Amino acid sequence: MSAEWQAIWLTLKLATVTTAILLIVATPLAWWLARSRHWLCQPLAAVVAMPLVLPPTVLGFYLLILMAPSGPVGQLTQSLGLGTLPFTFEGLVVASVIYSLPFAVQPLQAAFSGLSERMLEAASTLRASPLDRFFSVVLPLARPGLLTATVLTFAHTIGEFGVVLMIGGNIPGETKVLSVAIYDHVETLEYARAHWLAGGMVAFAFLVLLSLYLINGRLGGHGLKP
Amino acid sequence: MSPRLQAQLHHQRPDFTLEVDLDLPGQGVTVLFGPSGCGKTTLLRCLAGLESARGHITVAGETWLDDRVQRPVHQRPLAYVFQEASLFPHLSVTGNLHYGYRRTPRRLRQIHPPQVEAWLGLETLRERFPHQLSGGQRQRVAIARALLTSPQLLLMDEPLSALDQASKQDILPYLERLHRELAIPVLYVTHSPEEMARLADHLVVMADGRVRAQGSLTELLPRLDLPVTSAQEVGVVIDATLAAEDADWHLSRADFNGGALWLPTPTRPLGSPLRLRVLARDVSLARQPHHDQSIQNLLPATVVSVDSDHHPAMALVRLALADTPLLARLTRRAADQLNLTPGQQLWAQVKSVAIVD
Repeated sequence: MSAEWQAIWLTLKLATVTTAILLIVATPLAWWLARSRHWLCQPLAAVVAMPLVLPPTVLGFYLLILMAPSGPVGQLTQSLGLGTLPFTFEGLVVASVIYSLPFAVQPLQAAFSGLSERMLEAASTLRASPLDRFFSVVLPLARPGLLTATVLTFAHTIGEFGVVLMIGGNIPGETKVLSVAIYDHVETLEYARAHWLAGGMVAFAFLVLLSLYLINGRLGGHGLKP
Repeated sequence: MSPRLQAQLHHQRPDFTLEVDLDLPGQGVTVLFGPSGCGKTTLLRCLAGLESARGHITVAGETWLDDRVQRPVHQRPLAYVFQEASLFPHLSVTGNLHYGYRRTPRRLRQIHPPQVEAWLGLETLRERFPHQLSGGQRQRVAIARALLTSPQLLLMDEPLSALDQASKQDILPYLERLHRELAIPVLYVTHSPEEMARLADHLVVMADGRVRAQGSLTELLPRLDLPVTSAQEVGVVIDATLAAEDADWHLSRADFNGGALWLPTPTRPLGSPLRLRVLARDVSLARQPHHDQSIQNLLPATVVSVDSDHHPAMALVRLALADTPLLARLTRRAADQLNLTPGQQLWAQVKSVAIVD
């Protein structure tokens, strides 16, 4: 497998794993942020949004410190026999999950906040238990938000660079993702190869966002169709 | 006879206290009546478990709430019809109808989709989605959806108030039909005297989070101390039977305990039950039965009491036709000239009778 395809494959794998983990983590978190009136809501929402404003290098730097052999997370993973996370694929997954968290949480939170309490009350008078209500009413009604969260998380993870560079480095097949490969090509003045990858990403990003807008436009414009 | 519905509830909010003690028959429609903000909806929500309350609730012999038990909403076999239909927008009419039906244990299912679709006229709407329905159709689907959980108690919170007049008239006959078909208690919140007159068997009058009175409609409506009707609309409701027809004049006679009233022949067979409404302002009194005048309905009546009216010039006379109460609104001067005293026998002239059900 050529170095390019290896980078593409690794990037897609990272984005898929990250998106899967984030949907599981972000859904209850977004639900809580949307529905609870606890005083911790606002501080937590601010923490979740931090990756939006921080330079990725800052995030990567602190993650590196935390996950290094002497850092608290590093000591924990070592004591569990997992070794250390920096410069591994698993380390990249952890970093991506944190880096893309707001892109998963915020669309879901908006979708959950817009949900009318009355729908849930109606479902509960129709003998639906709380978990049942979540799967039969909340998730179907939050479908546009769920779709947005999935696509944005996936696309954003594919595009990440700074965090990867800080904690993943440049190990082919392990941590060398597309953005790093492009950077390498440019550094070594291999512009043609950089063009292939960079142009491919531009097209990819456009197609992803276009399909998202088309689908959400259809969902929102004419009500929900089966 | 089905077990009674009993509820003692205490619910506290910073600016409002609900304190009620209800004891209602195990079937029939009970209308909760009272001004806005008096706690009708809160009472319904407490019964459903949508608001927390202390006290106890027993429905159909089962305890839903007491010191030890607090069943969550989804474990109370009830149906709730909200002011707005609140249909699930992502499900078709059939999907909405089956939502509660599928979640009702098979052995408890007593009401099935074909039956309810026929009752509420939904056969042609099955494939549609909520946004493709009119307001009245949506509310019919919501009622059907609620009934398909085979509830032990049906709670309806002003189900018609969000509808225009035409949709209301469209849906009322369906409600009257349910009323005849269902053997469960129905609690119906409204502040429309028309809905109350058409649907109620029993009445609970509320004010400031408390029950002012509860009893049968025919018993409570003539009571003048209750804010049940506006001054113009004071009157009684009489349950009668269509007994005879005078085909030449297109008139029919409705018999009731204590007399009979003639009215324009309605489109329903002889022998069917009728609910009549007689407003106090349409009743006048005479010492002698005058046949040389236009009013056809002359009934022998006994004066029970003479009460004051909202207007100082007027008096409300409470009458008894055997067991049936009747009210007459007269000027005080007329009452004085007739020298009305309790126990006095005279003739009530009824100028107009409305069929409400």
